Amino acid sequence: MNKPLDPAATVTRAEVEDLLYHEADLLDRWRLDEWLGLLTDDASYFVPPNDKPDADHRFTLFTVADDIVRLRERIIRLKDPNCHAEFPPSHTRRLITNVRITGVEGDMIVVAANFAIFRHRRHEPAPRQFIGRYVYKLKRTDAGLKIHERRAILDAEELGVMGAVSFLL
Amino acid sequence: MLDRRNGNGHSNGHDNGKLVVEDLENLTFSVHRKVFVSPEILEDENRAIFDKCWVYVGHGSELKNPGDFRTRSVAGRPVIFCRDRQGGVRALFNVCRHRGAVVCREREGNARQFYCIYHGWTYNTDGTIRGIPGEEAYPPGFDKQGKGLVPVPRLEQYKDFYFANLDPDAVDLETYLAGAKDYIDLVVDQSPSGKMEIISGVQEYDIKANWKLLVENSVDDYHLVTTHSTWLNYMRNSGVNVTPAKGHMLPTKGFGKDLGNGHLTTDNPNYRGRPVARWISVYGEEAKADIEAIRKELVGRLGEARAARVADTNRNLCIFPNLVINDGSSVTVRHFTPVAPDLMHVTAWALGPVEETEAQRARRLHAFLTFYGPGGFATPDDVAALELAQQGYAAWREVPWTDLSRGMGSSQEQLATDEGHLRVFWRKWDELMGAQA
Repeated sequence: MNKPLDPAATVTRAEVEDLLYHEADLLDRWRLDEWLGLLTDDASYFVPPNDKPDADHRFTLFTVADDIVRLRERIIRLKDPNCHAEFPPSHTRRLITNVRITGVEGDMIVVAANFAIFRHRRHEPAPRQFIGRYVYKLKRTDAGLKIHERRAILDAEELGVMGAVSFLL
Repeated sequence: MLDRRNGNGHSNGHDNGKLVVEDLENLTFSVHRKVFVSPEILEDENRAIFDKCWVYVGHGSELKNPGDFRTRSVAGRPVIFCRDRQGGVRALFNVCRHRGAVVCREREGNARQFYCIYHGWTYNTDGTIRGIPGEEAYPPGFDKQGKGLVPVPRLEQYKDFYFANLDPDAVDLETYLAGAKDYIDLVVDQSPSGKMEIISGVQEYDIKANWKLLVENSVDDYHLVTTHSTWLNYMRNSGVNVTPAKGHMLPTKGFGKDLGNGHLTTDNPNYRGRPVARWISVYGEEAKADIEAIRKELVGRLGEARAARVADTNRNLCIFPNLVINDGSSVTVRHFTPVAPDLMHVTAWALGPVEETEAQRARRLHAFLTFYGPGGFATPDDVAALELAQQGYAAWREVPWTDLSRGMGSSQEQLATDEGHLRVFWRKWDELMGAQA
């Protein structure tokens, strides 16, 4: 009689928002090891190319396509003072809005949100702005809601003035 | 030429007006930093270099079907790179003959015609005029047939790499490419059919630095250990041996080469893995057999020696002035255009053999992102280094000379960690700029 529950029915938008805002706070404060703790052990992180936002990273050159192994290496790199693109670390401020639970894929909860990230660097009078939307796949685990996949899709036609995507979007 | 040590060399400016000073007696090679900051020099470069040299437009694989088009910027001009309905490849100025508006606004697509939204003039994909609304109002003798889109003066290709030249009198492309052809061949030989393709997904990003700094950076192996130590750590953590070779800065001893006409390359024994065809642990155990099979095909087709040349060396090739083909952890085709003395726009793609399986293509793209691109483990630090250099040039009057003398006077072949190949670029730059003045 144990019918599997609809995963979406087991989580509220408030819970999802709490997770996303907590994540944004950890990333803005460069608490990157704690951030890794929000992910499942098989998590992945994608930034599709600006000209092919809906593409598949196996056939299309992405800006970032990290499996968990490379993501852990990326965190090692970002914490290293020899990560020159991010030393001293950028000051970032993330505004996360329009959070919605949009569907269910197997045991995953699919979440959409919008982001505006302002990145400040020394000697740069104006912040570089990264505007776009997130698609998350979240998983309910014994340790709480975890991120299985995060996809940061930029709105701009090209990276252009954003330059390198050297910090985590 | 040899007198820069005479007089008060480091005053406000350069001796004798020279910007590139090669002193064979004292074994110094210096470039004046004015070349990185001066709007007048950039204007001269546009006329003497970008309007005279063969500049990259695109790859034939991007135009698979008749009517396929890509809008491009060639030496700053808007251009439609397209395959016409008869199958011919064209590069047409994307400029309406009537009042000059850009007629094709999309990044890419397939078209039956190009249509100007201003007054509705239309053009066929071969550039010929198709329709002019209200044609009857034009005076007698109006040359409608002569009102097609203007083709770039010269368009030629080598192994599907298309280049344009704005100078109708330029030497043909193959002559221009000189020794660079051999290094393009090494890239193309990865494909069993000799057909490579641009993979979907373009990386377009700005670097707040002078364009010539990316020429230097693309082929400069001296910077690898310091600028890219976090990438080396990533490789080491992944089980790749990146220990420097005895008496050398890098894991293998590679060379810097002059290919003639200002073209240059590095030529390094591989240590960092190659999708075609050298396995490293980053690819995973499951990829081993597949890489072996790719290698076997290479050997069968090309013979042991040539296969080893293709599979076991990395080459960062710079085709003067602004095209770089890095055949390293993966293959990247990138070119860059100055927007201002302190700003360039970079466009980069991945290139792969058309025959690749899904797994091979995924591996190639994964390998690309270990190092290259604005989200890779190395390129962002190159961008940082170039932008720091540009910031430093604010003091160009007081600290005017860049030193490019590594390897000068060496009786051995120039190493990739030397600067002999960088000097090749600068001599050609100086020659063309001198011809302008």
